[in-house]
Amino acid sequence: MPIALSTVIDSLPYLLQGSFITAGIVVSAMLLGLVIGVCMAVGLVFGNKCIQYSITIYIWIFRGVPVVVLLFLFYFGLFNFLELNFSAFTSVTIVLGMTTGAYQANIFRGAILSLPQGQFKAASALGMSNSQAIRNIILPQILRMSIPAWSNEYSIILKDSALAFVIGAPEIMARTQFVASRTYQHLSLYIAAGIIYFLLTWAGVIALRKLEQSLRIPGYTHHGSN
Amino acid sequence: MNDSSPILRVNNITKSFGDNTILNGVSFDLVKGEIKVLIGPSGGGKSTLLQCINCLVVPDSGDIELENEQIDFSSKQDLYSLRQRVGMIFQDFNLFDHLTALGNITIALRKVKKISKKDAEQRARVELEQVGLGDKEDLYPAQLSGGQKQRVAIARALAMDPKILMLDEPTSALDPELIGEVIAVIKALAHKGMTMVMATHQISLISGLADEILFMEQGNIVEQGPPSLLLTSGNSSKTQGFCDRLNELSEVEA
Ligand SMILES: Nc1ncnc2c1ncn2[C@@H]1O[C@H](COP(=O)(O)OP(=O)(O)OP(=O)(O)O)[C@@H](O)[C@H]1O
Ligand SMILES: [Mg+2]
Repeated sequence: MPIALSTVIDSLPYLLQGSFITAGIVVSAMLLGLVIGVCMAVGLVFGNKCIQYSITIYIWIFRGVPVVVLLFLFYFGLFNFLELNFSAFTSVTIVLGMTTGAYQANIFRGAILSLPQGQFKAASALGMSNSQAIRNIILPQILRMSIPAWSNEYSIILKDSALAFVIGAPEIMARTQFVASRTYQHLSLYIAAGIIYFLLTWAGVIALRKLEQSLRIPGYTHHGSN
Repeated sequence: MNDSSPILRVNNITKSFGDNTILNGVSFDLVKGEIKVLIGPSGGGKSTLLQCINCLVVPDSGDIELENEQIDFSSKQDLYSLRQRVGMIFQDFNLFDHLTALGNITIALRKVKKISKKDAEQRARVELEQVGLGDKEDLYPAQLSGGQKQRVAIARALAMDPKILMLDEPTSALDPELIGEVIAVIKALAHKGMTMVMATHQISLISGLADEILFMEQGNIVEQGPPSLLLTSGNSSKTQGFCDRLNELSEVEA
């Protein structure tokens, strides 16, 4: 067996353990981003000028600064300064979560604005408070509507998570680099890493598409045939 | 409270958007079981008036009294309780797209009135039955025709046990062949004694149901009276002229 292949096979369990770390980072970051995104979208649409202004600044910062800069800024700078002893894993999750939160805020904001305004009026006319109308009428619809954009965001965050290796989180990329630096089998190992990332992207996108289909409202929009 | 004292008092309501005065001191009383119909040219302020009554649009000045209690426009609790007692039907139905016909009705019963899911569903089924949609409870709005959607919207409002039902052009968004089924439901409600304020350009609703017609123009009620007075042929009232034109239009369409 060629050495390139046997190196990959030998190190595969080690790399695959890294994929659990990667998956952990991505799933936690996406969920953190979901919470941030939903709250900020609601603030952007229903909040007062001051709230809207603050959220807009947040979004611009996290859209404008490269993830790797934010990672260094938070991990070596901010968390140190605040004497927060966060692990590399936690730090990456927070930075990626806050970043995707900024993008998700825009996704959800667009979805809220695309809903027919009358439904909110109808909810109010039935005696619902604003927060009841948001929770019971608006959120269930915009979350459904946003799954395709969310799935896009998932694949971006999955790829960005490879940057975690720079602060030493033991995810796929860090492990691949570690093995490659010892065995010098760069080509085969990075191909293996690429395939793992590809499979993770594919599995996530398929799972989200299945979720979207299972939550689709009957009679609403028909993409493709079924 | 005796029966002739009004259930709703609308007193000198004004509303402007910017420099644009939409309601210019509108007042009327509504007694239990009465049906008032708002008519008048487009932009006259009918929708705005209806939305001021349940404070979806908060009036600039004036007051609203429901069941002898004045509404404090700055109190959220007052507004929520007002809206629970005043049902509203919109021109374009405004059903919740992600909920079935049944879900559209139960959601407010459960979340606003805090009724258990089982009781709410039982109540919703009764209301769906009333509007002739007993067999459609599992369908989503996108699976219903316009007339069916409007009937679900009526069932949804009625399930809240409103003291008053407001209808804002309930048949205007419907294809002509679907108008009849909604009119039938509204007429049945009238026969049961439901108190209503309705903006409509549907002649059969105006002449057949109104106890009083309010003709609105440029933010004022410029003419009011029972159809028997305003709608006699040869009458020179604005109302008569307006309805004549509506009649001509509907004849052209037919
Ligand atoms: N939120 C708003 N902001 C600014 N102007 C408004 C707003 N709502 C209504 N208007 C204006 O108020 C005026 C009255 O509108 P309203 O909808 O009450 O009239 P209407 O009598 O119901 O007319 P229609 O028969 O067309 O339904 C219109 O000129 C409209 O442009
Ligand atoms: Mg109107």
